[in-house]
Amino acid sequence: MPIQTLFGPPPPPTVFERLQEAVSSTRQNLAERIEEAVHGQKEIDAGLLEHLEATLLGADLGVATTTEVLDKVRQQVDRRQVSDAGQLTGMIKQELLEILKRTDARAGTQAGSLCREFPQVVLVIGVNGVGKTTTIGKLAHQLISDNKRVLLCAADTFRAAAIEQLEIWGQRTGTEVIKQKPGADPSAVLFDAIGSAKARGIDYVIVDTAGRLHTKSNLMAELEKMSRTAGRAVPGAPHEVLLIMDATTGQNGLQQARRFTESVGVTGIILAKLDGTAKGGVVIAIARELKLPIRYVGIGEQKDDLVPFDPEQFIDSLFRETPR
Amino acid sequence: MFENLTEKLQRVFKNLRGEGKLTEENIQQALRDIRISLLEADVNFKVVKQLIDRIKEKSLGQEVLTSLTPAQQVVKIVHDELVELLGGGAAQLRFASQPPTVILLAGLQGSGKTTTGGKLARWLSRHGHRPLLVSVDVYRPAARRQLTVIAEAIDMPIFEGPAGPADPLELARLARREAANTGRDVLVVDTAGRLHIDDEMMGEMQQLKQQLEPAEVLFVADAMTGQDAVKSADEFHRRLGLTGVILTKMDGDARGGAALSIRSVTGQPLKFVGVGEKYDALELFHPQRVVSRILGMGDVLSLIEKAQETVDLKQAEEMQRKLLSDRFSLGDFRDQLRQMRKLGPLDQILGMLPQVGPFRQLQQVKLEEKELVRIEAIVDSMTPRERNHYQVINGSRRRRIARGSGATVQEVNRLLKQYAEARRMMRTLSGGFMAKRMGKLKLPSALR
Repeated sequence: MPIQTLFGPPPPPTVFERLQEAVSSTRQNLAERIEEAVHGQKEIDAGLLEHLEATLLGADLGVATTTEVLDKVRQQVDRRQVSDAGQLTGMIKQELLEILKRTDARAGTQAGSLCREFPQVVLVIGVNGVGKTTTIGKLAHQLISDNKRVLLCAADTFRAAAIEQLEIWGQRTGTEVIKQKPGADPSAVLFDAIGSAKARGIDYVIVDTAGRLHTKSNLMAELEKMSRTAGRAVPGAPHEVLLIMDATTGQNGLQQARRFTESVGVTGIILAKLDGTAKGGVVIAIARELKLPIRYVGIGEQKDDLVPFDPEQFIDSLFRETPR
Repeated sequence: MFENLTEKLQRVFKNLRGEGKLTEENIQQALRDIRISLLEADVNFKVVKQLIDRIKEKSLGQEVLTSLTPAQQVVKIVHDELVELLGGGAAQLRFASQPPTVILLAGLQGSGKTTTGGKLARWLSRHGHRPLLVSVDVYRPAARRQLTVIAEAIDMPIFEGPAGPADPLELARLARREAANTGRDVLVVDTAGRLHIDDEMMGEMQQLKQQLEPAEVLFVADAMTGQDAVKSADEFHRRLGLTGVILTKMDGDARGGAALSIRSVTGQPLKFVGVGEKYDALELFHPQRVVSRILGMGDVLSLIEKAQETVDLKQAEEMQRKLLSDRFSLGDFRDQLRQMRKLGPLDQILGMLPQVGPFRQLQQVKLEEKELVRIEAIVDSMTPRERNHYQVINGSRRRRIARGSGATVQEVNRLLKQYAEARRMMRTLSGGFMAKRMGKLKLPSALR
């Protein structure tokens, strides 16, 4: 996984349990309901498929993804490759896994520069209230645990007290924060931060940006400017553009991913707030349509509540039969 | 807000429009498309199912009215059904008989409670109240500081409480006393974002409610929320007894199906929508208007309301007279652009217009806010004579205007061309065409 080359090896093995715990609600919701749907029904009939459709839709997979997955299943049923309703879970699981796996190939391409320039600039972006600042705190914690030198850049100069919020995360993780006054030009803050990072031999500059709706073209242009500024200061920067997505987000998530990718070239997604009952199905829809890899999953408010995303693990957890 | 759903339904009914009558077959197609639209708009699948069942039942059971085409009839049924689901008329805030009225804001992390708290305080003060703000979010870093900064920005009093660690219940209690002592009649309480399955945090919320006896417990929800909206809203409602909902971030392109979902599980009215990052971007929620928008009838009422607030009526009349009498100069053009900018972001204004008839093309117009500033600068760089008689603007004048406004000659040319076209269009319209067209336009029921 490219994430290992960039952010070091994944945390200790408890990760799997924690991920499992985090998506237990998802699993319960999706897997159990599929089980429930197939249980007691030997023959696969239209009613059953309809029920499965509702299940996938209810997990925020979206109409297109759900239709695609179910069409494939239907074809196999029609060709009489499947006679037992119980096989459906495995088939759907396989289809979903395929969708998530298809992103992996692409994910490898962007980390490939031979002479790595330092500092590596990581731009963290997303719409309002998805959890950018919190995720940055967790990311910084993870990198520091991996003996990397990290600098935070408070480029959200717009929202009230955003800088203070990042500073508190800086204190919690022992990371320095480069900031200017509220209302300052975010690109200027970024330029400053990269300058200090160079002077101090910093490995990673993590840039907190203001939340912005992807429909506001002026704010998207501001983001593009930041990206250009980073590129001028360090060749190849921003090396990572991480789009933070709220797990409760519905189909609008696709539009967000599209627009942010168009404007600053998103390199990966972090799915935040997966510790609720939100199903995270939007991940699959995004992976299917945009082939964007999902890097991490946020599962709580503490600094170590960020775990690497692994498609197989994720799907496995979804479909594990023992509840909770 | 809802643009995409609007487009879809319009396409559905355009297909239906050719039909002479409503058959089981063509209604099936329409229903399937409506279903997909609603699902893509993030309306919960169970809610969609109920809606579709009811719409189908009504469509098929009803006799075809002679006054309506089948398509219109389906539109009407869908319209009525959505309005009914959203609760009919606009909901008002409730106030306690004994001040201070306490308004408790609750919701998931990142739904926009703190910003909404500031907007609500401003809205209240504009409507003759004397609000006091307090944040009892002692968990998220700098959350209380955030509300303080907002309070300063909108010039509203805030109860900051003692510095250092604090207890939410104690903070709330002190704030309430402060409100009573200083004669503030509404206390807006911003709380920490929490997950509906976090038993401990939900317990804290229940205690807050018990202690404060709020007149309103408002659930602040993100318009971008997906299927999960029903679960979180349901649990918040079960634990707290919500009295209303505020839907935030409606200025994006989220289709806002969460509005229907949340309403359907809580049964509580949507009271406000957040429509921008500025602190006055909070509007009362009008089910009629939102549904009108869903169905492509446009939110004309909101537009009129806004226009009345910002546009000088005399000036507008004068402008109209000039428009129709072909004396519409570049200077007037600029004034009008200014007026328009006062109304708010352009995409917002365009979104409120009906997507039918003469307004249809307008939807594709993608005017940038910055472009307007440019246009203004160009016009400002003209002499009064040039503004009144655009024909005199020759090549050398164009170069001068471009230099003066920091634009290129091409930009100046483009503006002049657009202006000339607009004038030509106005001439056509003023020839009775406009009047005929406008007379034909059916007003949405909310307007009648």
